Amino acid sequence: MGSIYAMIAVALTLSIGVINFLNFSIPGVFMVSAFVVWIVMQLTGSWLFAFLLALLVGGCLALLVERFTWSWLNNVDPFVPLVSSMAFLMLFENWALTMWGSDLKTLPSISAADVRIAGTVISLPQLAALLISISLAVALRFVLTQTPVGRALRTISEDKEVASILGINVNRTVRILFVVSALCAALAGILFSVSYRQVHPFMGEIIGLRGISAMVIGGMGNVWGAIIGGILIGLGEVAAINVFGADFVDIVIYGTLLLILTVKPEGLFGAPVSGRGRV
Amino acid sequence: MSGYAGALLTLLAINVVFAYGTFLPMSAGQLNLGAAGFIAVGAYISAFLSNSGVPLYISIPCAAVFAGCLALIVSIPVLRTRGIYLALATFALGQVVQATFLNIPMFGGAAGYPVVEHINSFAIVCTAALVVAVSALIFATRFGISVVAIHDDERVADLMGLNTRAFQAAAFSLGAAVAGIGGALYAHHYSFIEAQQFGFGLSITAVLYVIFGGTQTIVGPLVGAAAFTLLPEIARASQEWRYVLFASVIICMMAVRPQGLVTRASLRRLFEGRARG
Repeated sequence: MGSIYAMIAVALTLSIGVINFLNFSIPGVFMVSAFVVWIVMQLTGSWLFAFLLALLVGGCLALLVERFTWSWLNNVDPFVPLVSSMAFLMLFENWALTMWGSDLKTLPSISAADVRIAGTVISLPQLAALLISISLAVALRFVLTQTPVGRALRTISEDKEVASILGINVNRTVRILFVVSALCAALAGILFSVSYRQVHPFMGEIIGLRGISAMVIGGMGNVWGAIIGGILIGLGEVAAINVFGADFVDIVIYGTLLLILTVKPEGLFGAPVSGRGRV
Repeated sequence: MSGYAGALLTLLAINVVFAYGTFLPMSAGQLNLGAAGFIAVGAYISAFLSNSGVPLYISIPCAAVFAGCLALIVSIPVLRTRGIYLALATFALGQVVQATFLNIPMFGGAAGYPVVEHINSFAIVCTAALVVAVSALIFATRFGISVVAIHDDERVADLMGLNTRAFQAAAFSLGAAVAGIGGALYAHHYSFIEAQQFGFGLSITAVLYVIFGGTQTIVGPLVGAAAFTLLPEIARASQEWRYVLFASVIICMMAVRPQGLVTRASLRRLFEGRARG
């Protein structure tokens, strides 16, 4: 579970870190891509095709969201794009609800094999999710520090206007950013549908909001922080279930979030002065 | 008045109260994503008091005072944060409140909490009108001008000698009190409350009403709430499509006119045009 929170947190932290925008549509993209996996599995039964289509849909949705929250919204109140992205979340959720109803949909199992590590049963997809999320962070780190696109993104996060003067195509780079962050969310959706074998129109709200907490705990704009935050939230959830009971999980998680925001808003691993995050 | 129109008017009145609960902090530049938390506090407190025999005209104000005081207490740590951090802190607060009510056995926990005392539509509409009138009155005073100044530029307002922290805390708590009233009205009208109703979705909806109507003027939230309560009825949309429609309209609206439907400039144009003509 932690690794899925971690990937959503990475998706969110990318757009916070570079353009200081909390993209609330990410949980929606997560849910839609899980649904795409379910639909394709109903129709064709090919996992590969399902995964590819889910990623594709995630990327396209990102471009749509980018149009309406970034391209057409310059020089407005800073919370207007945020509100727009919340409207997108609402749109995705209710659209899924009208199309497929509110029942819990179940998926077939991809692999029956479980791995035993020190007596704990870990299913293969869950292990894969952990590995994928860590390699994703390594890859993103590499892209951000070593490639031209990464350099452009870091310049934009420092100052958008200066980046533009330096000849960086800001709009194009931001579009890439939106797509990459949506692909992270779509990947999380795929892994969720494979690991837990169920999809639901409002799963984005439940899981995605935990991802937001993971992002804050790790420090906004910090990719590794997001991964660690996600895993901490996952572990904390299990610990809270064991210590206080399942009913108190939300109180513990969101209480911690509130505490961190008020006491140490830069998160556990954020830079000390971070009104705007860094990648 | 037919039963249908009455029900619609009641819903409208309750939504208007929710919208003003979100509008008051937003007019001071705070995006409150946790309005549902204060709505829940109001609903449960008033329900509990009236179920233990307290008359409604005492229990509803009590709910408002309680929600307001809670907001005042939490505003001390929460308002230390800024911008997106503040929005997230209010979001976390709303989630904590919801989860707390979900776990109090006295209030029925997840099973919900029945409310005995019923309140009729007329009283709800009157209360909503009162809330709007009081908000308008507040905004006509020095307090309102100061709050708007803080919204437009907090640093300048601070330099001009305004105690920005106090004004922000006041706007936040007033909003919470209004949300509490809305929650109490909701509880007494529908006679049953469960914590699941007061989730993130409700907070977002309230924010969207305000944003749609526009945050600059006092009539904005009224217009926004009215538009989104009445339009789907006219379009005869089903419950699910209603939200799809609602979200799509918001998205397009933000792209074309991000400042909301009603702005200071548009009001001025309207009234000056009328005075001249």
